[in-house]
Amino acid sequence: MIAESTPQFDVIETHGKTLSAVFSAAGAELVAPSIIQPAGLFLDVVGESLRGRTYVFTDPDGLELCLRPDLTVPTCRIYLERDPEARSEQRFCYSGPVFRYQPQDAPRTNARETRQAGFEVFGVADLAAADAEVLAVTIKAVRAAGLDDFQLRIGDIGLLHAILDAQNMPARWHRRLTHQFWRAEAFHDELQRLVSWPAASARGIDPVLLARLDPERPEAAEAHVAEFLAANDIDLFGTRRLDEITAGLLEAAADTRSGPLPVAHAQLIEGYLAINEMPRRAIDILEKLAATAGCDIAPAIDRYRRRLDLIAGHGIDIDSAVFSAEFGRQFEYYTGFVFEMTSTKLPEKSPVAGGGRYDGLLRAAGAPRDVPAVGAAVYTERLRAALADYTTGGRP
Amino acid sequence: MTATRLTLALPSKGRLMEDCVENFARAGYSISKAHSMRGYRGMIEGRPEIDVNFVSASEIAQLLRQGDVHLGITGEDLMRESTTEVDARVSFLRKLGFGHADVVVAVPACWLDVRCLADLEPMAMRFRRQHGHRIRVATKYLNLTRLYFARAGVTSYRIVESLGATEGTPAAALAELIVDITSTGATLKANGLKILDDGVLLKSEANLIASKSAAWTSELEAIAAEITASFAQREAREKD
Repeated sequence: MIAESTPQFDVIETHGKTLSAVFSAAGAELVAPSIIQPAGLFLDVVGESLRGRTYVFTDPDGLELCLRPDLTVPTCRIYLERDPEARSEQRFCYSGPVFRYQPQDAPRTNARETRQAGFEVFGVADLAAADAEVLAVTIKAVRAAGLDDFQLRIGDIGLLHAILDAQNMPARWHRRLTHQFWRAEAFHDELQRLVSWPAASARGIDPVLLARLDPERPEAAEAHVAEFLAANDIDLFGTRRLDEITAGLLEAAADTRSGPLPVAHAQLIEGYLAINEMPRRAIDILEKLAATAGCDIAPAIDRYRRRLDLIAGHGIDIDSAVFSAEFGRQFEYYTGFVFEMTSTKLPEKSPVAGGGRYDGLLRAAGAPRDVPAVGAAVYTERLRAALADYTTGGRP
Repeated sequence: MTATRLTLALPSKGRLMEDCVENFARAGYSISKAHSMRGYRGMIEGRPEIDVNFVSASEIAQLLRQGDVHLGITGEDLMRESTTEVDARVSFLRKLGFGHADVVVAVPACWLDVRCLADLEPMAMRFRRQHGHRIRVATKYLNLTRLYFARAGVTSYRIVESLGATEGTPAAALAELIVDITSTGATLKANGLKILDDGVLLKSEANLIASKSAAWTSELEAIAAEITASFAQREAREKD
């Protein structure tokens, strides 16, 4: 949208108020974080890809600032400002503009400035209950604004962690796979490498040095690395210390001594990622896959099942939703339950609302440890577009 | 208004300017500056329909992007760095064989555990766990770094903008690694850095570039084609 008429603006504002009224009634405090935010925190949390889609600028003092690309991170800052130890249970809600860079050839429907109304729950120890609460409140808010016809899609990044945990693979493989989960292609490549040729990570390392490095004896290894550097006249400098460089070499050395990842385990991982089913049917499929691979993931499945029961307890028809194991891949900070609500009135990849669990974000924002956090945002313009279709017979 | 004159932007100083003028001369175009050697307007002998503007090399990229000039000569690195969706906005007509510079990823040579781009991500994950922040990449090529790192699956890093003496930043503990230009690699070596095995992100050189958004007419397009062809012929001649 290039410009908005006052009536259009009023409609969106009204939706924003309806949504935040539902969030407030659910016990959330309405907050209005600054539009201009320090860029560093977003860059730390999201990474440099942020610069490609956010208005980042430098003020006359040289501070890197940005126009907020979302409201979750600014709300985390408010929570931590009030409770630096992050021990309290808090519920916040907001409604306001966010800003995303759009390339010149982007479709006109992709606006630089859009509005979001959201609900965030911090510090609640019963994770499944908080997950179900956020989903239920979000659905209630969207319904209050008039939208009844939507599709619900859910996912659970915690299940992937549980599957990797149950396989007794080396911690370094587990870390690499979970890290690459966000990039489907890189994840697949890594998995193939672990199945076929884990020693690939050691290519290019001096073979004599590599043979001397024993993963069981890191101190001796450090001495070998120091000796190699000295013999080759290479200065040790910079922020990475000898033990860190040695640790990297030892991971490669361990890979040369490890057998490959069993094919059955890779099949369980890929079989899981292919699940796209009714949420309860997904349990049956997953249980069969795990049994075939000989992996025990019963506790994770129990947590998943309990969450479904809690969601159903809020009066939500969980059987009409879809569970997709791949879902959540595009948002790197999610750590567990994820969901989105879509409308057939809107283009693909333009959900009306979305959210999930992000237990690592508060720590990145300065909390002393990981803190349970789950939240959701409604994209107000899209909500309006989905609703306008009802009332105007197709005119957005 | 339809433009009837073609505007050509050339680098305004240094070796790059001299190489441009010399290369145009060898391709049959004698460029002279309008007033004195310090002037910023020029002309091509016998070609009154071509305006020559001498501008700083990085501004040439901007002028081409915005369609303010028809043709320009600048480094491919500067053009790609300053423009998103670059191939939709300009055409690289011809590599000119001078102004060579590679944009490379260089790390301390003592990083025996990092030899190629694929090694960066696992190292970056360990670094973040140990140090509590992402690895820092010092560079003036913010956009190129983002683009090529994303293609290589490198994500756990922060950029530290560095406008000079970038090679010194790892030793000064201001960054962990760098993305910078090099022609011989000697400065990198002197600073204890090594280029990763697949660390050449872009082999850059001076290019004759056309703006897609400038006001083109068929006459002006013919002039651009003629200049491009003259450079090609010169190259073929000089090869013999």
